[in-house]
Amino acid sequence: MKAPAILSPKRIVFGDHKPTLQIALVSFGLTCLCLIWIYPFLWMISTSLKSTGEIFAGTGLIPDVFEWHNYRRAWVEANMGRYFFNTLFVTVGSVIIVTFCTATLGYVLGRYRFPGRNVLFFGFVATVFIPQGFTIIPVFELLSFLGLSSNLVGLTIATSGHAMVIFVLLFAGYFSQLPNELEESARVEGVNFFQIFWYVMLPLARPIVVTVVIMQVLHAWNDFLLPLVITLANPAIRTLSVGLYAFKGEQFIDWSGMAAAATISILPIVILFILLQRYFVNGLAGAVKG
Amino acid sequence: MLRQSALYRYRNQYLMLLPGLILGGMFVFYPIFAALYFALHDWSGFNAQRVFIGLENFTRLVGDPFFWSAFSRSLIFLVGTVPAQMILALVLAVILNNQLLKLSTFFRTFIFLPVVTPVAVIGIVWTFILSPFNGPINGLLLDIGLISRPIDFLGSSDTVMPSVIGVYVWKWLGITLIYWLAALQTVPSDIYEAARLDNCKGARLIWYIILPIVWPFAIMILLISAVAALNVFPLIMSMTNGGPFFASEVMEIFIYRKAFATGDGSIPELGYAAAAGVFFGVVVLTLTVVQAVIARRARGGPAGRAPI
Repeated sequence: MKAPAILSPKRIVFGDHKPTLQIALVSFGLTCLCLIWIYPFLWMISTSLKSTGEIFAGTGLIPDVFEWHNYRRAWVEANMGRYFFNTLFVTVGSVIIVTFCTATLGYVLGRYRFPGRNVLFFGFVATVFIPQGFTIIPVFELLSFLGLSSNLVGLTIATSGHAMVIFVLLFAGYFSQLPNELEESARVEGVNFFQIFWYVMLPLARPIVVTVVIMQVLHAWNDFLLPLVITLANPAIRTLSVGLYAFKGEQFIDWSGMAAAATISILPIVILFILLQRYFVNGLAGAVKG
Repeated sequence: MLRQSALYRYRNQYLMLLPGLILGGMFVFYPIFAALYFALHDWSGFNAQRVFIGLENFTRLVGDPFFWSAFSRSLIFLVGTVPAQMILALVLAVILNNQLLKLSTFFRTFIFLPVVTPVAVIGIVWTFILSPFNGPINGLLLDIGLISRPIDFLGSSDTVMPSVIGVYVWKWLGITLIYWLAALQTVPSDIYEAARLDNCKGARLIWYIILPIVWPFAIMILLISAVAALNVFPLIMSMTNGGPFFASEVMEIFIYRKAFATGDGSIPELGYAAAAGVFFGVVVLTLTVVQAVIARRARGGPAGRAPI
């Protein structure tokens, strides 16, 4: 195969296909749609770099002077720096907990017919669509009872527990399709049950692990109701979403500071998405195909 | 004896179940039963005594106009978002699925961007964009002369629901698009070829050729979207707090307001909020079961796989 010669605009739009008016029009229409679609993001970044005066003067998207200190103000004075690390802690912690718990659970549920298996499996299936509003009060009460209702550990554990059911079903479905021969030959070699899981089966489930990690990162970074409730009593452990929400309540006129804070909150997840786009898309598509 | 030996034989498996079961027990199973239990009590704050009052919370709910308006608003939200989201996403998916369109992936990335962005952040950025004080949308509408005075999109009870619905569709269109694209990939390409030869395109192509093939997926996507549309707490909370004057108070905001009573100084009514949650949960579950049954029919009888 020949390497593509020059990446001319024509080549980008049409590839090796003969240029047609229809494709040109569709591409043009979609480009306009996409620009409208990402306008809020452009507006946010632009506002985060403007001075308050310039925002209200209503000029174009590109600021006259780039006011980088808006970011410093958001990071330090609005505590976004602290909230950033809180969010990171909750995200990383809950990803580790969720992946471990759901992989082990899914493995046993997917591959073994032990007494009680069906009750457990259908118990999980039945809870998939329970809304968060239903369970938030008992979850908060349970955390209070355990003395975890206003600290990061409690928030991390609760964030892990909330979205686990779908992941368990994904793992169970995947593990149940793997052939038995692998396990049997490993057992003949004298490898024990836990080692088989860790060294043989889990590496095979890499696609599902990736999906689960991404979906949990997305969930933890996005979650709002649970961190809002848990941080009511302890503002120091707010996550970015809750911190921004509180910021809006306290400093309603500081648009540039808020836009900077919003940019800080979404930047990590957007970068992650752009780098790992294929996994995001495949993971989500897998949920509907299964 | 036999049971005991079975338990012993699977001891490793049970051991491995343990971490997941503890987590699931705490945050999946316990809350469901606890919510049912709390719903039967009068309970005003996490430190207060719970008093058993039977079904009184539920009879109060039935007579509470705030509950019914929140409930109907949740349904309005569902009806306002899901069909728009499904149809728009399907049309886009059909276009983006076209092999001749070289920039498909690029467009898909843009449409998907709001999906990965935290909902609360989206909500807050949109309150600025829709703001009557120098918000860019009002600015644009004023400039082209469509309106003479700025519209307070989120501050007036007539426009708040349509605005929130619009933002919701913008935010989640990408995920529905991905679902549809996954479904369309199951359509064999020679079918498009045949349709093209028969000069069948546009809406007719979607309606007569594509939809019948992706029908089982459509039900699944509808189910996922419908349940998602009932969980809109973060978006509405960050945009309007349920206001103005409760005009955008959906079920979850109602539950939150009753349980955690922020701002207005009233006493938390945890039992009452739990009852509202149970009521709402039962409705969602009924909806799910009905759709799942239809999905099963669509896949051709009991031989089809269970949903999810």
